[in-house]
Amino acid sequence: MLLRDEFSKNGDIRIGVYVCDCGTNIAGKVRVPEVVEYAGTLPHVVVAKEYKYMCSDPGQDMIRREIKEQKLNRLLVAACSPHVHEETFRNVAAQAGLNPFLFQMVNIRELVSWVTKDPDKATAKAKDMIRAAANRVLFHEELEPLKYHIKRNVVIVGGGIAGIHAALLLADSGEHVYLVERESSIGGHMAMFDKTFPTLDCAACILTPKMTMVKSHPNITIMSYSEVVEVNGFVGDFKVKVRKKPRYVDEENCVGCFECIDACVFKDARYPNEFDFGLGKRKPIYMPFPQAVPPVPVIDADTCIEFKTGKCPKECLKACGERAGIDFAQKEEIVELEVGSIIVATGFDSFDPKKMPQYGYGIYSNVYTSLEAERLFNASGPTAGELVLRDGSKPKSVGIIHCVGSRDENHNRWCSRVCCMYSMKLAHLVKERTNADVFNFYIDIRAAGKGYEEFYNRTMEEGVQYIRGKVAEVTDNAQTKDEEGKLVIRVEDTLLGMIRRIPVDMVILSVGLEPQHDALEVTKMFNISCSGGGWFMERHPKLAPVSTMSGGVFLAGACQAPKDIPDTVAQAGAAASEALALSHKGVIEVEPNTAFIDETLCSGCQVCVGLCPYSAISYDQEKKISILNQALCQGCGVCAGACPSGAAQQHLFNDSQLMAEIEGALAGVL
Amino acid sequence: MNKEFEPKILGILCNWCSYMASDLAGTSRSQYPPNIRVVRVMCSGRIEPQLILWAFQQGADGVLVGGCNPGDCHYQEGNYKALRRVTLLKTMLPQFGIEPERLRLEWICASCAEEMRKTVEEFTNTLCRLGPLKVQIPQIIPVTGKAVVEYVQT
Ligand SMILES: Cc1cc2nc3c(=O)[nH]c(=O)nc-3n(C[C@H](O)[C@H](O)[C@H](O)COP(=O)(O)OP(=O)(O)OC[C@H]3O[C@@H](n4cnc5c(N)ncnc54)[C@H](O)[C@@H]3O)c2cc1C
Ligand code: FES
Repeated sequence: MLLRDEFSKNGDIRIGVYVCDCGTNIAGKVRVPEVVEYAGTLPHVVVAKEYKYMCSDPGQDMIRREIKEQKLNRLLVAACSPHVHEETFRNVAAQAGLNPFLFQMVNIRELVSWVTKDPDKATAKAKDMIRAAANRVLFHEELEPLKYHIKRNVVIVGGGIAGIHAALLLADSGEHVYLVERESSIGGHMAMFDKTFPTLDCAACILTPKMTMVKSHPNITIMSYSEVVEVNGFVGDFKVKVRKKPRYVDEENCVGCFECIDACVFKDARYPNEFDFGLGKRKPIYMPFPQAVPPVPVIDADTCIEFKTGKCPKECLKACGERAGIDFAQKEEIVELEVGSIIVATGFDSFDPKKMPQYGYGIYSNVYTSLEAERLFNASGPTAGELVLRDGSKPKSVGIIHCVGSRDENHNRWCSRVCCMYSMKLAHLVKERTNADVFNFYIDIRAAGKGYEEFYNRTMEEGVQYIRGKVAEVTDNAQTKDEEGKLVIRVEDTLLGMIRRIPVDMVILSVGLEPQHDALEVTKMFNISCSGGGWFMERHPKLAPVSTMSGGVFLAGACQAPKDIPDTVAQAGAAASEALALSHKGVIEVEPNTAFIDETLCSGCQVCVGLCPYSAISYDQEKKISILNQALCQGCGVCAGACPSGAAQQHLFNDSQLMAEIEGALAGVL
Repeated sequence: MNKEFEPKILGILCNWCSYMASDLAGTSRSQYPPNIRVVRVMCSGRIEPQLILWAFQQGADGVLVGGCNPGDCHYQEGNYKALRRVTLLKTMLPQFGIEPERLRLEWICASCAEEMRKTVEEFTNTLCRLGPLKVQIPQIIPVTGKAVVEYVQT
């Protein structure tokens, strides 16, 4: 007893099997004609055909035609992964008047031809998988996709350039956007820079206007100093809980005059400003940087005297007066948002160079990270744009070390993509501001991008010296008179083929990009996955680069992988248009793979009630059985897997379908 | 080890992680033994012991259950349910004369193509060492539920 040929629950079953060559992708390994011939012998199969590219128009036309001519009521396409073309062929079925859920995709490319050496084995495996599906479709039923209304609001998590750009696009087209940023100001990393490669636009000049537009846009609600703490629901109808941390300044009442900051009892700023990595100082009440948006100060409870002792004269409060902006009693607040889609734009963290002590960061005071250097160059930064050493003097020579923490077996294996370019930018800025000698130490120069190679050439013409080799160490151990009082960079110059010692006054470490330290928690909250290294994973690396495996959750910017500003903005635009496409559709069709409970079989044991992760099942006291709410069910099937009486089942994955598939898959001889 | 013997493996993989990993193994052209036949389910939490026993009864020499890493299940905790069921079933398998090593539960993340390849390779080797599953499993499937009753009767 192999196949249940006598089984015909829905009357006369007529299966059509279509096997794709996929050019040579499948046919290069699997002997397709043999498979087709075999498929034709399977019970209920009335037609089996081969075609070069089944997904092409002629391929689709053939299937549509034959569904009608041959009166097919089951359709099987053996081709690539269901994740690639299931939708395509479901549509083909529907266009020919066949319920799309009477179709089954058989993956003989990713699971067979691409992973099997031996053509005989590959051919046998393809046959088995087709038999499994042919067995399974006997038990398929007509289903209707579930339709849900899409809420038109969007929440964007992360207010860097990615989040800002996406927010403006969506807001301009009429959607309401909640922009959730965990710092007290939006802007992200870009707000730290003075200039941006390769065009050397002033970062503030291109970013600040966008930040102000976000602030004043009627369709955008900025939720700064806030974090998402919980996400429930699904595409079209998410419930997002946001925790607003107290900043002790009322955003509604504050007029942005900053008189409170001037009035603070600390006449001088004395606490390290985190935004400047401590290179600049701030008061307990402060703005992280002058262009911060929203333009509302923050009080740091850890350093504010009122919070520490309760005995401050509260000059800030007095200065604010009737405007009543200062609010020491402000409490943390949880706000619940209802949105149709979510854009995750949480950006990146930078590599901590203390993990590479050989480069002297934290040991020698004149070793800086690239981000610190960016702050020094910034006209509104701690030194008003002057590049100076710790003692206030200008460096006469600067070494910039590329790839710190990147392309390194011991740390991060990836290329951080922007470091070569920003290292060149920093080299240019050193030349411009100090005319010091600049040495860039690189492994390879990666300058792929519009105008990038040209920028590289420009910096060479400006006199920046490029030395090819991975730096061994930075040391203050002088061996010659020239090296005294300097930082010596030891490197093997692989172009000259010799070890060199280059003495400099200042070292800048071009630290690589890393996923945010809390990336893992974020993926869990939004139910998305991580690719290697911890970057957020896109639905398809080429064809769905901003979608995720969770419907209605999109990615933008450096949270998906290291990228520069042009790519970040392009991706943010793509994410915004995905969200827009969704909300303009108004309704979404969801896979009808929900569970259902056969009331006649349910014994009321309630095992499923506790197992359901979405509280979709409840117990009906009167009928003494479990009841399932379709709208809440997400289709995991955990109830069906646990039900002792087989009453809980899952559409598209019910017991008979799975058993039939398993039986078919195992009926062959290996 | 029996060189002639080609074990049959049934893989029941969750849509979001382990099935994605085998897709990726394909895209990256990893080569692994052709012994596995894959059935896709939405979540490893869907897999009941009955399906696993059914696979053994239908001639599988080994069953691989694939889910997402702990904490990564697309449906929150389906993989923990799978873990409990598989652990319990493993303790019972010897009573049917089935070595527990013939049932394998693996967490394979969506980007873990290499792990997928290694798992199939190792499992195939294990099963080659164990040899064919000789036990005839009689009616070990508890026949419950309308669909199953109908199915077994046809
Ligand atoms: C030293 C250096 C120099 C650079 N120079 C250039 C240059 O000249 N030109 C160029 O094109 N590119 C440059 N780049 C790259 C550039 O920084 C990135 O392309 C860009 O910042 C990416 O923007 P983003 O919005 O994706 O991420 P980010 O700028 O990192 O912004 C992410 C935002 O999300 C917030 N956030 C994070 N997690 C959460 C959370 N859980 N909840 C709420 N909010 C959260 C963060 O606080 C931040 O505001 C440089 C990078 C570095 C390191
Ligand atoms: S979805 Fe993979 S284990 Fe639940």
